[in-house]
Amino acid sequence: MTTKKIGEVILDVNNISLSFGGVKALSDISFNVREHEIRAIIGPNGAGKSSMLNCINGVYQPQQGSINFRGQTFSQMNSRQVAELGFARTFQNLALFKGMNVIDNLMSGRNLKMKTNLFQQALYLGAARREENEHRAFVEHIIDFLEIQAYRKTPVGRLPYGLQKRVDLGRALAMEPQVLLLDEPMAGMNVEEKQDMCRFVLDVNDEFGTTIVLIEHDMGVVMDISDRVVVLDYGKKIGDGTPDEVRSNEDVIKAYLGTTH
Amino acid sequence: MGPFLETLIGGLMTGMLYSLVALGFVLIFKASGVFNFAQGAMVLFAALTMARFAQWIPQWTGLSDKLLVNLLAFGVAMIVMIGVAWLIERLVLGKLVNQEGITLLMATLGITYFLDGFGQTLFGSDIYKIDVGLPKDPIFLFEQTFQGGVLINQEDLAAAAIAAALVALLAAFFQYTSTGRALRAVADDHQAAQSIGIPLSRIWVIVWSVAGFVALVAGIIWGSKLGVQFSLSLVALKALPVVILGGLTSVPGAIVGGLIIGVGEKLSEVFIGPYFGGGIEIWFAYVLALVFLLVRPQGLFGEKIIDRV
Repeated sequence: MTTKKIGEVILDVNNISLSFGGVKALSDISFNVREHEIRAIIGPNGAGKSSMLNCINGVYQPQQGSINFRGQTFSQMNSRQVAELGFARTFQNLALFKGMNVIDNLMSGRNLKMKTNLFQQALYLGAARREENEHRAFVEHIIDFLEIQAYRKTPVGRLPYGLQKRVDLGRALAMEPQVLLLDEPMAGMNVEEKQDMCRFVLDVNDEFGTTIVLIEHDMGVVMDISDRVVVLDYGKKIGDGTPDEVRSNEDVIKAYLGTTH
Repeated sequence: MGPFLETLIGGLMTGMLYSLVALGFVLIFKASGVFNFAQGAMVLFAALTMARFAQWIPQWTGLSDKLLVNLLAFGVAMIVMIGVAWLIERLVLGKLVNQEGITLLMATLGITYFLDGFGQTLFGSDIYKIDVGLPKDPIFLFEQTFQGGVLINQEDLAAAAIAAALVALLAAFFQYTSTGRALRAVADDHQAAQSIGIPLSRIWVIVWSVAGFVALVAGIIWGSKLGVQFSLSLVALKALPVVILGGLTSVPGAIVGGLIIGVGEKLSEVFIGPYFGGGIEIWFAYVLALVFLLVRPQGLFGEKIIDRV
């Protein structure tokens, strides 16, 4: 099915440690992500998956370690600066703009691409209008891609959960990211919705060539769609490799199935 | 019928001004979660700037065209308010990100007293006049319909028209421009807004500037009616019940709330007042707000707070 070529390493996470007071959320985690690949981070509850993603995304600043993206190293950046580097993310507990409709949510994802200034917009000058139209066309393309044409003008707060997840993905796609960070994109979905979401993730990777880092709880889903998998448990890395390698890793089996002492 | 209509219309006019001040509250609360106690002080500060520069510009430059002078003074006052917004973000709110609501409220209380005092240091504490040429003469309407007709102040009418136009303008700005969209996005979810690359600090400067603009317009209207003086700052206290009534997060709520309170206090003063011995106008708004707090704490249009357990 796929003709994609996995490229060089573009994102390199080095020895990240993060603690909240006395609680060690992550200790000494390193892994890398290659261009165009789907890289999954899995682990049981409380393993530190979301913390890891939040470090990459600039929501948390790790106490130790650094993150290297295309030759630029950072460890102390906020979400906005990370967004400017070309990262986009979705949220585990939806963080959509609930009062706004689908189009406005996606259009807000175009924010960084907009160049006209406040005064041009306030006076609704030609440049501002032209820009708005261009971005609107791009957003319509995403709406088609995610098959949410029927809900364009619906405030997202009123959409069912599965569709809200799709809008969340859409908003991230509207940023034309180089790396897409997905925080449990299939959490709380039924089988059919999960299949849809899997298809979208694969299509994004395939059609746009976007590199994807994805957190997931559901082992089955992850093994089917990812190229390589990192396994975390209690804030430590216990496995890293292709789905097959990870599946046969003793530590991973212990973490997931428990072990008799 | 005549007196009733007169009271009603008078109430609507006052209400429109309450709405303007309340609008400033709502804009800032929505975008940053800060309950900006300083909105009233901003009204005073903006009006003082406008009034003084309208006096000084002809003295300095010898300009005598009133319209031009007023426009220039308006421009200066707006630039000053943008400067105030920028300083508040830089020196106060920017340092207090993620602090408790009460901390932020105390900070705005501090800003209130600073602006009140500093404004008078800069511009003096006399009563100044703002004259932007609003028509002063009252007119009679409906003289054919019933006896005596209805007496309306033209100045009030013009003020209401300006306020309505301002609200429409702001609504369009929020709805149709990309900056407006970014403002709404920040109001809905800070975290998500940052993750899509919206710079919070810039947005806050814009919101405070817009609130400053609203304060300026409100200050000019009140000022040309009653003169610019310290008591202008107290107008904000009347806007508190308005935002409780309308809902802290709702722009339409601020407008409807202002109108209800404006009309309510005038009607109750005129028609219920005689039985109580008057003075209802002073406390009516607060009692109404109290009732709302008991019955519908989120206000008429506010978001209902649902805690999932």
